[in-house]
Amino acid sequence: MRMAVVSEQSAPARRGKIAVWWLIASEVMIFGGALSCYILARTAGPGWSAEAAHLSAILATINTFVLLTSSMTMAMAFAAYQKADQRGVCRFLLCTILLGLAFLGIKAYEYISHIADGLAPWSGSFWSFYYLLTGLHALHVIAGIIVNIILLLAAGKGLHTGYRIEIAGLYWHFVDIVWIFLFPLLYLSY
Amino acid sequence: MGEGTVASPVKPPQGIRPTMSHRARVDPIRLPVARTAHEDRSFWRTYIFSTDHKTIAKQYLFLALFMALLGGYLVYVMRWQLAFPDTSIPGFGFVGPETYNALTTNHGTIMVFFVAMPILLGAFGNFLIPLMIGARDMAFPRLNMLSFWILFASSLVIMSSFFVPGGAAAAGWTGYAPLSARTEYTGVNWGINLWLLAHALEFASFLMGGVNFLTTAITMRAPGMTFFRLPLLVWQQMTASVIFLLSVGPLIAGAVMLLMDRLLGTSFFVPEQGGDPLLWQHLFWFFGHPEVYVLLMPGLGAVLEVLAVFSRKSIFGYRWIIYSTISVGFLSLIVWAHHMFISGMDPRLAMPFSITTILISVPIALIVFSMILTLWKGSIRFTPPMLWALGFIVMFILGGLTGIVLGSAPVNIQVHGTYFVVAHFHTVLLSVVIFGSFTGIYFWFPKMFGRMMNVPLSNLHFLLTLIFFNLTFFPMHAVGLAGMPRRITNPLQYEFLQPVQSLNVYITLSALGLTLAQFLFLINFVWSIVAGRKAEDNPWESATLEWTAPSPPPHGNWGDTIPTVYRGPYEYSPPGVREDFLPQDLAPSARSD
Repeated sequence: MRMAVVSEQSAPARRGKIAVWWLIASEVMIFGGALSCYILARTAGPGWSAEAAHLSAILATINTFVLLTSSMTMAMAFAAYQKADQRGVCRFLLCTILLGLAFLGIKAYEYISHIADGLAPWSGSFWSFYYLLTGLHALHVIAGIIVNIILLLAAGKGLHTGYRIEIAGLYWHFVDIVWIFLFPLLYLSY
Repeated sequence: MGEGTVASPVKPPQGIRPTMSHRARVDPIRLPVARTAHEDRSFWRTYIFSTDHKTIAKQYLFLALFMALLGGYLVYVMRWQLAFPDTSIPGFGFVGPETYNALTTNHGTIMVFFVAMPILLGAFGNFLIPLMIGARDMAFPRLNMLSFWILFASSLVIMSSFFVPGGAAAAGWTGYAPLSARTEYTGVNWGINLWLLAHALEFASFLMGGVNFLTTAITMRAPGMTFFRLPLLVWQQMTASVIFLLSVGPLIAGAVMLLMDRLLGTSFFVPEQGGDPLLWQHLFWFFGHPEVYVLLMPGLGAVLEVLAVFSRKSIFGYRWIIYSTISVGFLSLIVWAHHMFISGMDPRLAMPFSITTILISVPIALIVFSMILTLWKGSIRFTPPMLWALGFIVMFILGGLTGIVLGSAPVNIQVHGTYFVVAHFHTVLLSVVIFGSFTGIYFWFPKMFGRMMNVPLSNLHFLLTLIFFNLTFFPMHAVGLAGMPRRITNPLQYEFLQPVQSLNVYITLSALGLTLAQFLFLINFVWSIVAGRKAEDNPWESATLEWTAPSPPPHGNWGDTIPTVYRGPYEYSPPGVREDFLPQDLAPSARSD
């Protein structure tokens, strides 16, 4: 992604970017707070590993791959905007949206199979935290998809506010990074 | 910066083809007034769903004053019950223990979240940040409007919680778990759910507001307005926004967890099912303590502006105040567990949190000493805002001193949960919320409404508030040291509290006096908006940018050009110059010396 010098940008682009960085700072604290609670609770009590073993690391690995690829297509959408390639913008935004939806689909499959096995949010501390953390993250993915759909519709009509792709990209990459923390802490550490 | 009055269209990225529908987008915020004034200005868009930062600031102010009446009514019922337990309260009736719990809970919530924050951040921040930095509006005017209306919805939710089955939330304004986590402990179900919903909306509103404040102050400053030419109030508002953004996150996570405990039957905070109730206290106070500084900083900012103007002196230690403010902001994030010394957390934590708590008084003291040294040898003008600012210094020192006492764990453990704590935080927080807010309201009223307030009535309001404030909260320290616990419905149930009951009656009568004195302000406020003397552009002879705009400023704040800034914000009585003060937009060549 192009690291532009802030002062060279148009005023709305600069304002939007700074605002999103502050938004991300506050989001870091939301997930940071929730993750700290999880880590402290987990190190304090025994018996969590057996619960964590119910999770499917394979599905989560696939999901990690899906989400990371969506970050790449998001960056490619912005690169297409910089080359004034309107069709490229639409194509890569659509890819990002579809990959986001695929992530949610796999996540939903996981939820449904856990609940079918009787592992609901109220089935103990590990499951409470599992649904809290992945649920909060999924809400952020949904928000990102909505933003990307809005951008896709706008890009279909022209590219005059394409700087918004970069701003939405910042947010989308952040959602990705949150998953990078959730993946090992929930799925791999048992 | 150097951005002109008319926006340049969004620059296309390099290599863009002209065939793309690259419509020149005009940035409405940078337009001269002559062009914005022609936009549609129906009644609804002008007064209700306005995107003008000044109108939104007034909306915050009016909402806060209305909620203050509600919060004041709740405390009137509580104080009456404490002085004359189990008698019929005029205008309310009998109060049982369950109702009393709902009263304390909502008094705290309303006063902190729906009175103090909307005035100090919502009203002052919205009104002053664009005017002081030389911008035509906030960076995101529509987001700004959304912030206010979400807060409005939030206040409707908290008010409606009184009318649902089971009544309003009754788990304390801190909502300690497991009291708040299971319905059977308080008997309140929907009340607490709505209480949580109101918080969620409130946090969303002020998160958007904080992002807006920061972006505005960073990107929209007028030409020449460097960071070290910003008035201190802008610095304080920015720091308050940063602390809010960084501290509220864990509590948002905690609120989601509490809601899951209540609605989904999880057990984050319920000990018998493996949860940890202390976790909620950590999450709450990680936000709850910085929140005190979120309120303090805009109050300090208002007082500092007023002290410079009416001492006719430059602020003493401008940069040191900024550095202190930032240190206070940082330290405020690592003091929270001093609320939890007796909670059962690891006692080894008491020492480090005692140290940070006492440490935070160092930069705060530095700011207060700078205030006093600003007054030193100044030509002090005792106008109404100046009286409130001076009152602030005295009351803030008084309340802050018991803060140092309480910060030390051995003392804290003795008086924890008594009225000594109530007396401390009311003295220190109300010195900010009452004295700080009135400093700002009396000072900027001419700019907000274009009229002057009545001076004798203002002075009488100040005098009565100062007297009754001390008569109310000073004896409360004594009641607390005598051992009276917080949140009890009827002190007469306890034999050891019989001797302090006369003091309880005394405090209640003083609190009634304090409440009645505020109606002097309301009368003055409403009467002055309608029929006050017309204000000049710069009635207080102040040097900062907001006074270069007309009173009240039109949509867009300045005419065709926004002011250019040539100097710092506090050039009063500068040496070697004939003028009494040099406004920030006065060009060096325009001086008469």
